[in-house]
Amino acid sequence: MNHWPLLGIALVVFGFALRFNPLFVVAFSALVTGVLAGLDLVSVIEALGKAFNDNRYISVTWIILPVIGLLERYGLQQRARALIEGVRGATMGKLLVLYLAFRQLTAALGMKDIGGHPQAVRPLVAPMAQAAAEKSHGELAEDERQKVLAMAAATDNVGLFFGEDIFFAIASILLIQAVFESAGYPLTPLQLSVWAIPTAICAFLIHGSRILALDRRLGKAAAGGGVR
Amino acid sequence: MITYEWLYVLAGAFFAIWSALSLRDRRWGNGAFWALLAASFLLGSHVSDIVNGLLVLAMVAIAGAGGLKRSDPPTTSAGQRLDFSALLGNRLFVPALIVPITAVAGTLLYNYTPLNETALFEERRETLILFGIGVLFALAAAMVWLKPPILAPAEEGRRLLDSIGWAAILPQMLAALGAVFALAGVGDIIGTVAGGIIPQGSVFVTVVVFALGMALFTMIMGNAFAAFPVMAAAIGIPLLVEQYGGNPAVIGAVGMLAGFCGTLMTPMAANFNIVPAALLELKDQNGVIRQQIGTAVPLWVCNVAILYVGAFLLWN
Repeated sequence: MNHWPLLGIALVVFGFALRFNPLFVVAFSALVTGVLAGLDLVSVIEALGKAFNDNRYISVTWIILPVIGLLERYGLQQRARALIEGVRGATMGKLLVLYLAFRQLTAALGMKDIGGHPQAVRPLVAPMAQAAAEKSHGELAEDERQKVLAMAAATDNVGLFFGEDIFFAIASILLIQAVFESAGYPLTPLQLSVWAIPTAICAFLIHGSRILALDRRLGKAAAGGGVR
Repeated sequence: MITYEWLYVLAGAFFAIWSALSLRDRRWGNGAFWALLAASFLLGSHVSDIVNGLLVLAMVAIAGAGGLKRSDPPTTSAGQRLDFSALLGNRLFVPALIVPITAVAGTLLYNYTPLNETALFEERRETLILFGIGVLFALAAAMVWLKPPILAPAEEGRRLLDSIGWAAILPQMLAALGAVFALAGVGDIIGTVAGGIIPQGSVFVTVVVFALGMALFTMIMGNAFAAFPVMAAAIGIPLLVEQYGGNPAVIGAVGMLAGFCGTLMTPMAANFNIVPAALLELKDQNGVIRQQIGTAVPLWVCNVAILYVGAFLLWN
């Protein structure tokens, strides 16, 4: 077997590690991998062009940016913060744990498009999390603030990934079904999706407790700063 | 019938406007990059594969040479935004909610009522098409209600798009890389290598190698969908199901979830990990991944335990 195409993977890993432009790394690796597999350069460029063209639907979602940008122009982020500031007893921990549960449950019901980074995290969840953290801990140091924003994005991902497979009509469940069926093991989507539940519960407990731990650490950092 | 092609024309028009505004702003690199992307959306279905390929390489060249810069179109100040927020109140959330509600409620309505007999939308494409329709509704509502300058939505969109920069097409590019990897047989090679390193006779070790293979190969490819068929064919089905008699439903479902733990830890999953870091203007491109590793690693361990208990201890 020709093992040389694996060099393409090594190129990706090193290219990312050495902080070259990721687009450049990916395109270069695609060309090298194809050539090492014995294809000629023109067919590799053709394959890359065809695959890029076939996957245009992925980048269609950017058409939401004018809506988000326009609402931000009129204070959407400020409004999201004001809403949280008005809720008594709101903390970053409670807010993000609640969002985690909301995201997992809605994804499990097939509504995975209800959250997401451009439409929910940037304009709403992240500013709300920051406002809640500042409400309980006062002004945040810049690296603490960045951690809160990153945790808001992470919570959206964890909620989506470990909720969506409970819904049986989702692409990943259908892929599992197709792979096993072609190997001679017919499974129903429901048989597969019930086995996503134990992991979903673990994900909620693990990520939920990490959110609460971050909230407590912010409190300590703020208190420590106060003593000094 | 409304197909993806309609969405491509819509998106192509958006990118063409962003290109024109970038050129007007004398940001030549941005202008050229978004013009090429607009061309891909508007003409991609009508030109040959090699033209599409060269288009991709031209975009990569601009991005690789550092030709994309952040932009700063005129907008409201922080103080004005606070005033608007107080004046407009929670009604500001309404246009933002129009998009997901149109997509989700529309999909449910279309699929579970006689509406689907109209065959209005291309099959299995209704959610993204409804998302596009939702964007147009929300834009129209916001324009009528807020009465901003006519170019404001385009300029505000450009500010956000330029803050994302080249990362905006990285997810699409990675999907294309996956297709080239498949063509080159990378998956089969990895499957053979992974299948070759497993010691005979230990169910638990095989479970661990399967779950580890799913996570690592997912990290390399950026999504678990590329890893799953390979690891299932190399280890999941021949060893775990056939040789050791495990429950195929558990092996399939939890194997995929072990891969999702890998997705949380890789910059290759650009749309989940790199794009939000850009959108939130984080200093560290890997800031989101750093917050996820602490969840992904223990969750992967849980998946190994669930796999072993569910597929073998409870099954046999």
